[in-house]
Amino acid sequence: MLQPFEIHEPATVAEASRLLARHGDDATVYAGGTELIPVMRDGLAQYRHLVNIKTVPGLDAIAPAGEMLRIGALATHRMIERSPAIRAHAPVLAQVAAGVANLRVRNVGTLGGNLCFAEPHSDPAAVLIAQGATLVLARSDAERRVNADGFFVGIQQTVRMPDEVLVRVEVPARRPGAGAAYARFALHERPTAGVAAVVVLDGDAVTAARVTVGSVGPVPARVPEAEEALVGRRPDPEVLREAAGRAGGAVEVLEDLYGSVEYKRHIVTVLASHALDEAVARARGRGH
Amino acid sequence: MDGRAPSMRIALTVNGRPVEAAIEPRELLLDFIRDRLGLTGAKRSCDVQVCGVCTVLLDGQAVSACCTLAYEARGREVTTIEGLAAGGHLHPLQEAFIAHAAVQCGFCTPGMILTAATLLQDVPAPTPEQVKAYLKGTLCRCTGYWKIIEAVVAAGRRTQEARE
Repeated sequence: MLQPFEIHEPATVAEASRLLARHGDDATVYAGGTELIPVMRDGLAQYRHLVNIKTVPGLDAIAPAGEMLRIGALATHRMIERSPAIRAHAPVLAQVAAGVANLRVRNVGTLGGNLCFAEPHSDPAAVLIAQGATLVLARSDAERRVNADGFFVGIQQTVRMPDEVLVRVEVPARRPGAGAAYARFALHERPTAGVAAVVVLDGDAVTAARVTVGSVGPVPARVPEAEEALVGRRPDPEVLREAAGRAGGAVEVLEDLYGSVEYKRHIVTVLASHALDEAVARARGRGH
Repeated sequence: MDGRAPSMRIALTVNGRPVEAAIEPRELLLDFIRDRLGLTGAKRSCDVQVCGVCTVLLDGQAVSACCTLAYEARGREVTTIEGLAAGGHLHPLQEAFIAHAAVQCGFCTPGMILTAATLLQDVPAPTPEQVKAYLKGTLCRCTGYWKIIEAVVAAGRRTQEARE
């Protein structure tokens, strides 16, 4: 049984932020509830005030805006999986959303909740970091923008302040010459490991690359050693293998119930190889 | 708050019938439908949204009632397995599960059928691969998955033939 709490129904983000500020440690944001309700029921977290941001209109909107896609924080994984705009402009995000947990979780769980809960074993964050996404956090009187790369600071810890509400994620739209891919391995609902790769080609040379590894360490993180192995070079198989090996070798890995450090490094190397192959193929205009 | 649990009134529709109730915000939808409405088709098992036996439909979408607040159902339509048969006629999925012997112990069957019902809404005549994608995360402890997949495919085909 959950401990008693009160549900607040703000009409605006500013009101939600004021409620969070007023109740401090006793309050938290309530969105899909797929992470929050189980931890509250199991007594791992207790709040006497839930601020239900689903009563704020428009926070689930998904829309292209110039060279980017704006994804409202309350967009569910299912909405992202099926959104024509995301399928057209950032298809890898739709693919990742379609693989989250199961249909019931995807129907209810939101992108914003997933990111703010910051459970290490999760897929969307690694892809958003690789894509150079920006997270927009709002208070009652101001907004600030944070690179997805700098949002996560530890296991279930982010730079979001207690009275801030994540309102949307902005993702650069796909552009010619760029390819994005995500490869994951999961034995259960949550992934053991995931690797996102974005490769930008100019002719035969890689001009920019991002390799992000998720689920194996405390936070999803870029692996600069792998990216440096790609930039300025032709994406031949041996180059991609070298970068994949660096991804597996250099990423911070923690041992947990999903596997040992050695095992995870091996899985990451294999997944990075798959993701890089796919990203290069997509950058060359094959696949999507 | 002075330690007393706050109460709120909700109005919702359950299996086509209007329901009004006073609930506590912390009350879970699964407890509400089982203990207050006596609808026991949805079961409590894993309690963490990985097994699917507590599945109900909220406005036609599958959710895990074990981790959903009853509050979320206010003003909405809840469908449980008890509400699927209309006017004394079994749903085509229920008939197909019987015809294909897709029920062994029956514990997972309500969740399987309700989840499959949302699939048939989205994809009227699904392939086995589409059935697997929707039923992933709805676990059969008897591991009778093939019969279940066959039954859903057959129900889809039959429903589509009836429409044509």
